[in-house]
Amino acid sequence: MKKKNSGTIVKNLLLSVLLVAFLFPFIEVIINSFRTTQQFISNPVSFRIQLSLKNYVTAYKSMNFPTAFFNSAVITITGICLIILFSSMAAYLFARFKWRINSVLFFIMTASMTIPFQVVMIPLVTIYGSIGFLNSRQALLFMYLGFGAPFAVFTFHGFIKGIPIALEEAASIDGASKIRIFFQIVLPLLTPVLATVIVLDVLWLWNDYLLPSLILQSANLRTLPLSTYNFFSSYSVDYGPLMAGLIMTLLPVLFLYLFLQKYIIEGIAAGAVK
Amino acid sequence: MVKQKQKNIGTFLFFGGPAVFVFFAVVLVPLAFGFYLTLTNWNMSSGQHRFVWLKNYKQVFSDASYLSQLWFTLKYAFFSVIFSNAGAFFLGLSLNRGMKGQSVLRTGFFTPNLIGGLVLGYLWQILFSQVLPYIGRKYGLPLFATSWLSDTGRAFWALVIVNSWQLIGYLMIVYIAGFVNIPSDLLEAAEIDGAGGIKKITSIILPLSVSSITICVFLALSRSFLTYDLNLALTNGGPYGSTELASFHIVQKAFLSNQYGVGQAEAVILFIVVAAIALTQSFLMKKMEVEA
Repeated sequence: MKKKNSGTIVKNLLLSVLLVAFLFPFIEVIINSFRTTQQFISNPVSFRIQLSLKNYVTAYKSMNFPTAFFNSAVITITGICLIILFSSMAAYLFARFKWRINSVLFFIMTASMTIPFQVVMIPLVTIYGSIGFLNSRQALLFMYLGFGAPFAVFTFHGFIKGIPIALEEAASIDGASKIRIFFQIVLPLLTPVLATVIVLDVLWLWNDYLLPSLILQSANLRTLPLSTYNFFSSYSVDYGPLMAGLIMTLLPVLFLYLFLQKYIIEGIAAGAVK
Repeated sequence: MVKQKQKNIGTFLFFGGPAVFVFFAVVLVPLAFGFYLTLTNWNMSSGQHRFVWLKNYKQVFSDASYLSQLWFTLKYAFFSVIFSNAGAFFLGLSLNRGMKGQSVLRTGFFTPNLIGGLVLGYLWQILFSQVLPYIGRKYGLPLFATSWLSDTGRAFWALVIVNSWQLIGYLMIVYIAGFVNIPSDLLEAAEIDGAGGIKKITSIILPLSVSSITICVFLALSRSFLTYDLNLALTNGGPYGSTELASFHIVQKAFLSNQYGVGQAEAVILFIVVAAIALTQSFLMKKMEVEA
């Protein structure tokens, strides 16, 4: 028994060392974000920091951080609300009304999850460019709803099928309308599976670069990834502020992860297996 | 009767209407229009176009640079799949048994997945171009003495390493979820019969993890084939356009060179290649699945 214990300690130690090496890029950039570019270039692996926030101030201003953060937050929160509301409604329709058209639509939506974004990207920009529906938050949100709906519908559909229908039937006999049944009975029951959809969609919308880069052209609409890209293109060798900018972009998600890691990891596992 | 039908249509439109309409407008209509695009010489600035039938596809296949990029993407996906799966499998295995501190370790290894490819790409760009050359020069390691990103061969490995580094934590979670389903009495019985650690892995854990492996290989494959952000931030296609992955090339073709039809033809071909590989892979793996 004792031997086994010391074996575990050694294994734990080895894994911890491995983790530190694994996270070295983050550690390196965090430390150096507090040093000047000259200090970083002359010795990037020194641990002498002087806690100067100068890089952060420069990055905050040049990236237009508050605007970019606000834009990202608006897009992520609104996008997720739209996806959840409309997808859960469609999933309820597909799961509870056994019409031919519903099963056909559900099949098409599920099958479409295999289509990579790259195949739709060029025609999407062509079509919406020609009718002038680009360069706005509405356009981006519209597209996020379209791309996000299949997975959410699929996930909600599977869950609704597992809910006993008796509850809804009882409500129906009592004279409740379909709309009331959905919003007062079905929607609240979806909470356990909501976590999966929210986690995956937050990570997707918050970090997405390619779609917003094609849709949003105005500087004042830029999300965090877009403003990071811009910042790197214009500050190419001034590493101090660049590293501070990276940390500022990382921080919101890492902060969320600190509190919700259990849900995030479970959500990812559930999403992957589907 | 008619009233019931009207009511049904109302129900359908209310619940399904928004999601179905937006889904068609954003995914299906562009998908169909995309195939049409590949048959024309569409140009965004003029908006005029005419049919050129299969000329775009012909141009794609006779374009040596596209074929070499496709090959480059295949190689990149292949090594990423191998490295990330091997790493994730063993990491998952060592973080599987109820060990103290394992949730902290899992959380740590998973961290890169919370962050977008763009930010990770920039992070590693700084590492490869500044930090590693410094370490290489200081400690006399010729491998790191010059930036990997300015060398065509090493820039490829830089992409593979960063991609696998990100994927490992993600796949690890999926592998751990699969290990939970391996009955512990089976492992105990093997232990009593004198099976060592390696024997247990090769004759029990591996065969019972085939379905996890199928999922993980698929996830790693599709993520690697569609890499864009990382490519843009880490190498930006350079040096001298030697590290352009397929997605990167498609975006360049369409939105910088303004060749929509050719770009879309490349995208369609990429999709067919990915689908063919993914289907073959899962078909072959399905045959290897066994039950405990």
